[in-house]
Amino acid sequence: MSDKPQPIGPHDVGGMPGGDIDRASHDYTFWERRMDAMVYLLFKKGMVRDWAEMRHQIESLGPDAYERLSYYERWAAATAALMIRRGVVSREELDRRVAELKESAG
Amino acid sequence: MTDEHHSHKHPLQTDHPEPSSHHELMGIALNDLLVSKGIYDNAEMNAMIESIENIEPNTHGARVVARAWVDPEYKAFLLKDGMSAVESLGLDPGYAVLTAVENTPEVHNLVVCTLCSCYPRFLLGRPPVWYKSKAYRSRVVREPRAVLREFGTEIPTGVEVRVHDSTAELRYIVIPMRPAETEGMSESELASLVSRDSMIGTALAGRP
Repeated sequence: MSDKPQPIGPHDVGGMPGGDIDRASHDYTFWERRMDAMVYLLFKKGMVRDWAEMRHQIESLGPDAYERLSYYERWAAATAALMIRRGVVSREELDRRVAELKESAG
Repeated sequence: MTDEHHSHKHPLQTDHPEPSSHHELMGIALNDLLVSKGIYDNAEMNAMIESIENIEPNTHGARVVARAWVDPEYKAFLLKDGMSAVESLGLDPGYAVLTAVENTPEVHNLVVCTLCSCYPRFLLGRPPVWYKSKAYRSRVVREPRAVLREFGTEIPTGVEVRVHDSTAELRYIVIPMRPAETEGMSESELASLVSRDSMIGTALAGRP
């Protein structure tokens, strides 16, 4: 018998066994700072309605993405998915731009 | 920080490790598209980054706590309606409901977000990395005293430890206990004793 309901997803870690807490801090890279600010800007513009919506999108990335991606990579994936869903950008133009960036980084 | 033209020609910044993963590039691509569609411009982006970085625990959260320490009426207001109380000091209370919880000789409060990283960012800035870590999120609800001990905070067994799990809509801030021998101190001197961790609950307020 478990004293807790089954986890509702990979993000539902409360009460699970966990290792040592790494208390080291690190500087945020420009990319992280911009990803962070993007979400707040989209809030301000009303294009992300609330955190529940954002969180739902992050939790919908699937267990693999949740484990594999860094914190702000999850934000990038979730925000992109949300903007596509909302019709602000299309999947095609996003993919095209990513391909261009990959090429120029060569 | 980049200006409009610069960031368009060189989306990859050179003063940091260059973003190269697929999802990092996706973030850059998304930013480029949002700018080219006029959703926001680079100046707004830079201003937002700056305003986020201007929020620090000592200039925001600690001010609120110090006021609550010196003004019982304000403290009652803060405990009742966190957002309005924060706003009354001229601070932006943010998007989520804010609940202040008070440490007393009987109760020590501790905050976590087990599901993600919800945090009173408008008072404390970006959360520390450990707050977002799986280790903290998973363990603190099961063994809060052990976790507190790792942070160097020993809570006597007679004191109840209450762990508050934040959500997307509800954030918590801890009002730590005012340390002894601080009677003659000014509000800003008091604020300097209020660390970020003391407002998360993993530490106590500093001694004068």
